[in-house]
Amino acid sequence: MPTLISIEGDKAVAADDVFAFVADEDPIPASGDIIVTLARFQSEGDGLLAAGRRVGVRLQPSEDVEALAYDLPRIALIELAFPKFRDGRPYSAARLLRERLSYGGQVRAVGDVLREQAQFMLRCGFDAFIPSDGSGPEEWKAATRRYRHVYQRGADHRPPIYAERAGAASPVKEEFEHGL
Amino acid sequence: MYRYDAYDKAMLTDRSNEFRHQVARRLAGEITEDQFKPLRLMNGLYLQLHAYMLRVAIPYGTLSTRQLRRLAWVAKTYDKGYGHFTTRTNLQLHWIKLRDAPDVMDALAEVDLHAIQTSGNCIRNVTADPYAGATADEVDDPRVWAEVIRQWSTFHPEFSYLPRKFKIAVTASAKDRTAARSYDIGLQLRRGRDGALGFEVMVGGGQGRSPFLAKTVRESLPAGWLLSYLEAIIRVYNRHGRRDNIHKARIKILVNSLGVEEFTRQVEAEWAKIDSATSDLPDTELARIRGAFHPNTFQTLPPVSHAFEAALADPDFARFARRNVHPHKIPGYAIVDVSLKAPGQTPGDCSSEQMEAIADLADQYSFGEVRVNYTQNLVLPHVKLDDLPALHAALKAVDLASANIDLITDIIACPGLDYCSLANARAIPVAQAIAQRFADPERAEAIGELKVKISGCINACGHHHLGNIGILGVDKKGEEFYQISLGGSGDNDATLAEILGPAVHFSKVPDAVETLVDTYLSQRQGGERFLDTLRRTGLTPFKEALYADAD
Repeated sequence: MPTLISIEGDKAVAADDVFAFVADEDPIPASGDIIVTLARFQSEGDGLLAAGRRVGVRLQPSEDVEALAYDLPRIALIELAFPKFRDGRPYSAARLLRERLSYGGQVRAVGDVLREQAQFMLRCGFDAFIPSDGSGPEEWKAATRRYRHVYQRGADHRPPIYAERAGAASPVKEEFEHGL
Repeated sequence: MYRYDAYDKAMLTDRSNEFRHQVARRLAGEITEDQFKPLRLMNGLYLQLHAYMLRVAIPYGTLSTRQLRRLAWVAKTYDKGYGHFTTRTNLQLHWIKLRDAPDVMDALAEVDLHAIQTSGNCIRNVTADPYAGATADEVDDPRVWAEVIRQWSTFHPEFSYLPRKFKIAVTASAKDRTAARSYDIGLQLRRGRDGALGFEVMVGGGQGRSPFLAKTVRESLPAGWLLSYLEAIIRVYNRHGRRDNIHKARIKILVNSLGVEEFTRQVEAEWAKIDSATSDLPDTELARIRGAFHPNTFQTLPPVSHAFEAALADPDFARFARRNVHPHKIPGYAIVDVSLKAPGQTPGDCSSEQMEAIADLADQYSFGEVRVNYTQNLVLPHVKLDDLPALHAALKAVDLASANIDLITDIIACPGLDYCSLANARAIPVAQAIAQRFADPERAEAIGELKVKISGCINACGHHHLGNIGILGVDKKGEEFYQISLGGSGDNDATLAEILGPAVHFSKVPDAVETLVDTYLSQRQGGERFLDTLRRTGLTPFKEALYADAD
């Protein structure tokens, strides 16, 4: 079973995945937390939520996060799918979820998810990952800490270099390790 | 020029360390070439026909002499003793060994150089006017804004996996020397009537197989909002640009399929939702970046130099002064183009010895600054008129005094099939053959401004769409043929060249160019340039002359 890595505070930890993804052609299980597609959520979401379980939604890159805007408070987690690691649309989706739509639930990267993307994903507001390259929490923690500084603001609230120049403290700087 | 502080340097050190780690994993077999490929590409390391090629970024074409000497040393130590300056003002080293690449990166990082974002579908190295900070016709120093964009775009978390590569050019002069309309985003800085700085924002230019000139989406964007506006444009592109077909993935296709009005509407709607307070730089940081350029202290000199005037008696020097010397904003100084187009030379190639010689001359005569022009020439931006005769003599001694800027021998050419795995045909020997044909400097000058641009394949790295004479290499059953187009321009009057007719064989290209030149000379009226005559007459006389010859 693939590892779910979750970011808790400044730690990357292996987490149990209690959610089951249910494809459109499969029946909804009798109980348990589930993740469904956007289409299914839009047609069956109310009923699924009424059954007293947590419901997450998986968005494909071509699906706009704005489609979920009014439902966000009742959605337990959002999975953003990377069919290919080169598909950069989920980065915009994650930032919009966090910064524009103020989504506070889990934002999870699934699909072609590689450790080299860790820093970018974290900076765009992802806080959970199912890597496809066999990497675990240790690699993800290391990968997110390779850079002591960042040049621009993101959804992760790291102060950009221009704010550090003006006196803001960087959370990563203090515990940065050069050993890779 | 901009001096890196501890933060800027830390970014390069961290990058270099990360890359060393990735190469070690590859060399140890922990990752496959397939897995390694995107990692090395993000560091400018391409696998070409014969070896790895490293593309070193030269942000907005500005080099210190310390950096140029380090490039010379890297080329001598890890390559074959030369480098190739490209149309994006980068330097390519064509013979790098993978195991040396981390040491090369470290050596570059020590002098604030790197290969970050010189490949991949990200925001590439930013280009700016090569005469920035020196030319009298600029409203502001565009390098300040290019540096703002460099910092913002470096490791941008949201925009590192765009549908396709993304290139930005900045100019602040009425005369565009960047070919801004051929960029994904071209930025032209002007002062409004109220004195405030504003950018004309042009989007969707590009060459390749579907050439387009960029279209204006904003006539005047207040300069302080640059980054939030770029964020809006690139977010619209990141979300809606095509990803199903690599040939339709550039922003030019999105702009032209939506239409510029609808594209602009989407950008403006996105921009309205962005909070300037978090996306734009504070004025204090803009001011800090401006200050970090440490402007030179120029002397107060008379506008006329007797040493310079006296030297004009030497016809070689006089030609150099006519072709390669341009007015400077400070009286008594000049901007000097150093041509990398001596007849027989590979356009844009520069040996380690030449780099060192240019560095010495820049230290002696040009405040230690060198620029790279997209025309694959170098620039010494701040030379005293009094020093020009000595500089000319010194350049002559290292074969760098060709007085041919913008003439028919000042040819842009991509590396072509001699190096590049994408090429269909060679570009360098074609450029060399044309330059040899017109090697007589008097003849070249009599012909006047004529921009020849050669690409070895449809990707158009040699800018053939923007050539007054554009030459595109094609493969016909294993033989190299060249399609000739006329009438392109990358300047303010930007136009795309039109194809003249059937492609000609490799061996016939110099004859064909000569026929076109003779046609122009026979049709020329008054002081017309080649482009002026062509625009007046249309293609017909050129077509008739070229293909009558072929029969």
